[in-house]
Amino acid sequence: MLARSEIVSVVEQVAAEQSKTLAPLTDKLGLLETGLDSLCFAIIVARLEDRLGFDPFSTAEDTDFPVTVGDFIRLYEQASPGDVAA
Amino acid sequence: MSQREPTSLWQKLSEAGPLHARWLRGVTADVNLAALSRGSSLGAPLDELRGASVLIAARDQLPAALALIELDGVARRVVLCPPDLADEHLPAVIATGEIDAVVGDRCAAKAGRFVRCSAEIAPAHRVRRASERTEWVLLTSGTTGAPKLTAHTLCTLSTAMSGPDPLGAGAVWSTFYDMRRYGGLQIFLRAMLGGGSMVLSSAAEPVGDFLARAGASGVTHISGTPSHWRRALMSASLHKMAPRYVRLSGEIADQAVLEHLRSAFPDADLAHAFASTEAGVAFAVGDGLAGFPASYIGRPGAVDLRVVDGSLRIKSAGNALGYLGGVAFPRDEDGYVDTGDMVELNDGRYHFVGRRGGIINIGGQKVHPEEVEAAINRHPSVRMSLVKARRNPITGAVVVADVVVNSPAGAPSNADALKGEILEFCRATLARHKVPATIHFVPALEVGAAGKLARHA
Repeated sequence: MLARSEIVSVVEQVAAEQSKTLAPLTDKLGLLETGLDSLCFAIIVARLEDRLGFDPFSTAEDTDFPVTVGDFIRLYEQASPGDVAA
Repeated sequence: MSQREPTSLWQKLSEAGPLHARWLRGVTADVNLAALSRGSSLGAPLDELRGASVLIAARDQLPAALALIELDGVARRVVLCPPDLADEHLPAVIATGEIDAVVGDRCAAKAGRFVRCSAEIAPAHRVRRASERTEWVLLTSGTTGAPKLTAHTLCTLSTAMSGPDPLGAGAVWSTFYDMRRYGGLQIFLRAMLGGGSMVLSSAAEPVGDFLARAGASGVTHISGTPSHWRRALMSASLHKMAPRYVRLSGEIADQAVLEHLRSAFPDADLAHAFASTEAGVAFAVGDGLAGFPASYIGRPGAVDLRVVDGSLRIKSAGNALGYLGGVAFPRDEDGYVDTGDMVELNDGRYHFVGRRGGIINIGGQKVHPEEVEAAINRHPSVRMSLVKARRNPITGAVVVADVVVNSPAGAPSNADALKGEILEFCRATLARHKVPATIHFVPALEVGAAGKLARHA
């Protein structure tokens, strides 16, 4: 569960910085309905790479692009090397 | 022939002021210019190098500077080899420069004759007769590939000089630059043609030692790149010198570095100049503000400036003659040299925003790293920064920044809070795609041999 709390906190931080109103985050919520635009997600991916040490978009082969918040979090959980949890 | 007899650097510097009162100062030796009227730094009679194409390849600046003084007007061509030239490029430089002889402090390359030069002036009877209009060739430090050989003459290199310095032999010039690069050579020539002295730097010398030596030598005028100056501003030895004139060139001078220097040297004239090896000196700005007045474009005078497709173009007698070896030179059909430096007009002032090739594309929107660095550097806790692209699966790239803080410890006490503040600073002045996605605090940034922030791809 390393990724979920990290991801949620980064998403909230970026939304606040970018003055975006964030919809309540649920797994089923579409990424496009979160209130964030593509630049926000670009920043989120960059920050998560700094925190977690990887970017699942570049490490996983043949990744389906995530559509929902749940997809996005799962992508990180599945790509996690596992020992990053600490 | 309507052209006058060639005149040499030696002749001009001799006429500029009394030799016995003037010095070339290196790290380990000082040479009084009068010694050159009684002796020579070269291990061979000058006439043996007359008409030759000579590569000056000394490790230290002092023997190179002495050799240059002796060979102008004698050699057909002098090629000034910077100390950091990779050995692999040497054969191409020798071939393109049609080198007949190498003058150096060690035999590094085999090309015709080798003549030793040193900072020791041996007694010699020298008739300093000028017979050649010597071509001066500078190597431009390309980021990749072989260096280009840019041809000048003493005349094209000294167009920006305005005669004897009011301080006369009291003017002591110095620069963080190596004198074999355009920016350093300008300062060397100002010292020599203005009647003053010169304190040479050394790549191996710690910046604090250099500042102390400059102070002890009574430096009155000193120049460097903004990166050189940011490093100097972090040195406790900065105030060991008290220059009257502080000059920046070679990189974009942002408002932050100008203000830091203004407060470090409140009584000095502060100027930031624009010049390039190919285009020569365009102007110096003395009002303490970043950028330059829009009125400089198209104004009558010795230097014609224009902006085409966003980049600054320059036409003047200070333009280089061209590149050797048939390499295409960036001169347009009207004779203007394209600098590749991009400018933007804002409130009656042009600001440099970066190099044409350095643009980062963020989801189709463009950003120059330098404009982001200028915004970051305005934060009072920041000494310098490097902005670069990081590939990103959403937008192709995002902007990320490495930041050096002011604190002597090298790391901020509250990193997260400071990151937040810097980002807020950026958001206040930059479009959102230009604001860094992430910031890393680093203890130092690499500054290349030319004194410019190292920008790796």
